[in-house]
Amino acid sequence: MNKYEKMWQDLGLDVELHNELLASIDKTFQQTVGAQKDRPEEVKYFDHVLHESHGGRVAELIEARKQGKKFIGTFCIYVPEEIAMAADTIPVALCGGTQFSIPYGEKMFPRDICPLIKSTFGLALGKMCPYGPIKDLGVGETTCDAKKKVWDVVNFHVMEVPQKKGNIDIELWRQAVVEFKQKVEELTGKKVKSDRLGETIKIMNDKRRALQRLNEFRKHDPPPISGLDVLVVMQAALNDEPVRFTGHLNTLNEEIEERVKKGISPFSKGVKRIMISGCPSVMGNWKVHSLVENAGAAIVIDETCTGTRYFENLVDEKATDLEQQLEALADRYLKINCACFSPNDERIDGVLNTLRDYKVDGVVHYILQYCHGYNIETIRVDAALKQAMIPSLKIVTDYSEEDVGQLRTRIDAFLETLD
Amino acid sequence: MKTAGIDIGSRTIKITILEGSTLVDFQIVDTGIDPINNAKKMIQEYTFDGIVATGYGRYLAQTHLDCPVITEIKAYALGAHFLFPECRTVIDVGGQDSKIIRVNNGKVVDFAMNDRCAAGTGKFLEVMATTLGYTIDQLGEVACTAKSSVSISSMCTVFAESEVISLISRGENPESIALGLHQSIMSRILAMMGRTGFDDPVVFGGGVAKNRCMVELLKKKLGKQLLVPQEPQIIGAIGAALAFGKAKKRSS
Repeated sequence: MNKYEKMWQDLGLDVELHNELLASIDKTFQQTVGAQKDRPEEVKYFDHVLHESHGGRVAELIEARKQGKKFIGTFCIYVPEEIAMAADTIPVALCGGTQFSIPYGEKMFPRDICPLIKSTFGLALGKMCPYGPIKDLGVGETTCDAKKKVWDVVNFHVMEVPQKKGNIDIELWRQAVVEFKQKVEELTGKKVKSDRLGETIKIMNDKRRALQRLNEFRKHDPPPISGLDVLVVMQAALNDEPVRFTGHLNTLNEEIEERVKKGISPFSKGVKRIMISGCPSVMGNWKVHSLVENAGAAIVIDETCTGTRYFENLVDEKATDLEQQLEALADRYLKINCACFSPNDERIDGVLNTLRDYKVDGVVHYILQYCHGYNIETIRVDAALKQAMIPSLKIVTDYSEEDVGQLRTRIDAFLETLD
Repeated sequence: MKTAGIDIGSRTIKITILEGSTLVDFQIVDTGIDPINNAKKMIQEYTFDGIVATGYGRYLAQTHLDCPVITEIKAYALGAHFLFPECRTVIDVGGQDSKIIRVNNGKVVDFAMNDRCAAGTGKFLEVMATTLGYTIDQLGEVACTAKSSVSISSMCTVFAESEVISLISRGENPESIALGLHQSIMSRILAMMGRTGFDDPVVFGGGVAKNRCMVELLKKKLGKQLLVPQEPQIIGAIGAALAFGKAKKRSS
């Protein structure tokens, strides 16, 4: 018996079904991440984070709540974690990446919305999400229509992410950030103070710096770490306590630096270098990364929410009073080039710069089914790629296994064209 | 040197033997439920210096025959170039996939492929033939005799089947329905060609290229630049045989 079964029972989970869920995720993990050779030693910590996401991490949150902290569930990297932490709350991203819960999500939500939403709320509807019962606040945002309407159903606080980046939009977003601060202050009864906010800004910047360093190593030929392993680190980043996470990531970075010196890599020199661009791959979802790397290429950078969008740009640490800090935070977050913006030229410029920096041979557009924003935006990104003479392959898919055979053929054939 | 190419498709397995640049032998059998043993049986009938596998079952071959593999997309490009050196575009409609491949000098320039479902493939025609009470070979012939066509709006095999059943019960004649089904596949092919763009001449291959109605419809749309080899099913196996010595063996 799993040592957390009692906890799950107390949380009102369907323990039997939940065990099946964990077994299903573990099987996928073993077939993808676990099947790799020459993995760095320290990456096992991040495996452990994923493994404990429904166990140890939940127990930790329950304990923290007993100590008076509040726990916030988030669903987008647009939610400023610094503010949540400064108000003595613990924010954790709760996006679902497993096919297993999708039929439960479809009991309430339409079939033709993205798998991420269906998977996430399927976990809750199927009594398989240990976070739901202990959540003090859910925070949504307005990055897509489907999510917006889901927040109304589940009664979340909604941060309004603007749809353009003009002056009135900047004002709107700054206001949304201030409102979020007020919301978390109400929740804990504690005021967000400038000195504490300065600390949490530093904590999150340190985390971003460590992630930036990890990704810098991927510029080597051959890259010293697989794209699948970096994805595991990114998925862990959305779940783990940030200071602990950064500590382990710094250790991993030291190890990787050694690997670079010794020339250790899961790939050979001259390996085809792929950028994944588009939608996030959250915990439970290793599908396209493993298909691409099993086909013999290396993913060298992810231009996604589980990639550059999460760690690029730091919050200005020079700000000293609360007002300046909030502004600095709002400005940093507004640089996340989500496909909800129109136009989104900054994203296209970013893609072009990134593919030069990482010497990318080909781009795989990774689109979650029904994600209209990223899907349609591939037209403009592709036009820019064509000018830069970088070939691309567009994959629109969900979490299921039904299209794996065809995807393998398309990915293999794409890589053949790069020879 | 004698090289072999084996194309393990969803419906049929094809083997070709090339001696230098001459096709000396080939064979086509049903894939059945035991593709790898059926493939092994075929292989045992020939002697050759090397073999390359392609098609949906290529990884099975890689595991069991320890041979290099290439995708059917690359294989069709190579094979079509071998048969028609001037070929610039390949339409491949097989058992469960349909593909458009843009080719330059035997190299893949761009491609499009149906994702996930069997819409617009050989499987689609098979299911519809059964619904209309024909064999797959009869379906194309019957469609050629139609005086008019009924438009089929569903692309999905399952929905199209219900649509066909309701057309039958409405009293539409089977020839017109058959022609409508072929037209719906054609519009799907043309839509894919619209996405990739295409240059003449176009080679039409895969099992569905044996269907006379499909060939005639495409010819009408694309002009006489449509080239159909005598044995459209073995283009991939020829391409695989040609890739010997160049195809990579994967380490995993």
